[in-house]
Amino acid sequence: MQTSEYAIEAHGLVKKFGNFVANDHLTFDVKKGEIFGFLGANGAGKTTAMKILCGLLLPTSGKIKVAGFDVYTQTNLIKKHIGYMSQKFSLYEDLSIEENFRFYGGIYGLSRKQIAERTSTMLKKLDIEPLRKSLISSLPLGIRQKLAFSVAIIHSPGIVFLDEPTGGVDPITRRQFWEMIYEASEQGITVFVTTHYMDEAEYCNRVSIMVDGRIEALGTPGELKKKFDATDMNQVFLKLARKAG
Amino acid sequence: MNKVSVYGKGLTKSYGKTEALKSVSFSVEKGEIFGFIGPDGAGKTTLFRLLTTLLLPDSGAASIEGLDVVKDYRRLRQILGYMPGRFSLYQDLSVEENLRFFAGIFKVSISDNYHLIADIYEQIAPFAKRRAGKLSGGMKQKLALSCALIHKPEVLILDEPTTGVDAVSRREFWEMLIRLKQSGITILVATPYMDEAILCDRVALIQHGTIMATGSPADIIQTYPHKLFRIKSQNTLQLLRIMRQMPELKSAEMFGEYIHIGSSPNKMNESDIAAFLNQNNIRQFDLEPMEAGIEDCFMHLMKQQSST
Repeated sequence: MQTSEYAIEAHGLVKKFGNFVANDHLTFDVKKGEIFGFLGANGAGKTTAMKILCGLLLPTSGKIKVAGFDVYTQTNLIKKHIGYMSQKFSLYEDLSIEENFRFYGGIYGLSRKQIAERTSTMLKKLDIEPLRKSLISSLPLGIRQKLAFSVAIIHSPGIVFLDEPTGGVDPITRRQFWEMIYEASEQGITVFVTTHYMDEAEYCNRVSIMVDGRIEALGTPGELKKKFDATDMNQVFLKLARKAG
Repeated sequence: MNKVSVYGKGLTKSYGKTEALKSVSFSVEKGEIFGFIGPDGAGKTTLFRLLTTLLLPDSGAASIEGLDVVKDYRRLRQILGYMPGRFSLYQDLSVEENLRFFAGIFKVSISDNYHLIADIYEQIAPFAKRRAGKLSGGMKQKLALSCALIHKPEVLILDEPTTGVDAVSRREFWEMLIRLKQSGITILVATPYMDEAILCDRVALIQHGTIMATGSPADIIQTYPHKLFRIKSQNTLQLLRIMRQMPELKSAEMFGEYIHIGSSPNKMNESDIAAFLNQNNIRQFDLEPMEAGIEDCFMHLMKQQSST
């Protein structure tokens, strides 16, 4: 199973809530190490699909594998092999940096030694070693976001899911964050990311755009701009999403 | 020169040891859309709370339509429309009840100023009986704007109205603001989205409690001091690492699939960059000169700020 070249394989993913079809036959693959942007308007069905891929919600039908595991029967294995970060919730504010690393490392079953090593490596990389014992609540937003990402990959997952990770930060911090994403991808971690910043869509290797529960476009940013005769991803998005409604 | 509508001078505000605003001065002309552009924690919300008379400044002064934000707060509140960052309508009241409530506290009837909100409110009118808490993000935003406008304010103050909403709703919201401007209302809007700057008549770029630059987007772009190129190749991260080693370079920042590189004027041209890349075994790349955007300016100003 682990030999597949794909981190995510979704074929005909359907999710219904009563009569409402939140996800309507989504079919897409995400290659290992790829940065995949998952875009769509508010209410298009992104969160539902993301929950299914994270093993938190069962689909109605479809054949879906994440990190080689089945989303119907192997959700616990999926959870072990993925990382997750969102803007809304990521770190415990009244724990220190070190305690957050120890907590999440513990949840993912890392040994004390592994946790200590990875904590040191990441703090060194972010150049914030003196802040080791600082409470998360005392840190600026930019540092928190970089830490949250570091914590989300502390167990070296095959895939990391990022749910609108960069909201509200300054443009320099946002770029430092994307550099971290590129580095993770370089190390073979697959990155699945949602964002409302259309310029960020252009950082992705490939993007899909959801409209009313369906994937209406899928390709590299360059391909989509060409196909929709647009100068940037914002125009592509507006052309697609405005048709809906 | 148009008449000044909103004016701030030396506004300073601290929360304990945190200085949220450090002597901020600006003026907004009547009838313009003025944007405060900056990330979370820049001081935008604190500034708007001072202007809306919800907080007192530690020092400095501000006035709106000639009314002082401290002395004349009662009269001032009558002519302001305010949409706070967090959704702050009554979740348990219906759409229509919220609107009636806000009209009521300003002692106007909905029909008096309905023309102002007609094209916004009509989009949510089919849900008039729905509780505000049950609306989608885009609809909440439209209701909040309707409630902020129903007493026909002279000045409208919007704190991050487009944060967290998708690109389509964002575009529609700006179209509404541009129509409102035509009815003569002065609009102050805070946003973390750099690309919204060009939709404003003038902007203030704000970071760490300080206004770094003020002017029309075109004026600000004029002040960008470097010569700018954009470049792309197959591997952006690799290209970025190599470009950063080029000694003559002032900046190298990722912009989607491109990297923007800045140099002092006359220090570097395309053939110098191409030669440097060839030395580093990069042969496949697209390179072209370009004009700076607001985001290039913002990052340049941030670096200047942190180096002083």
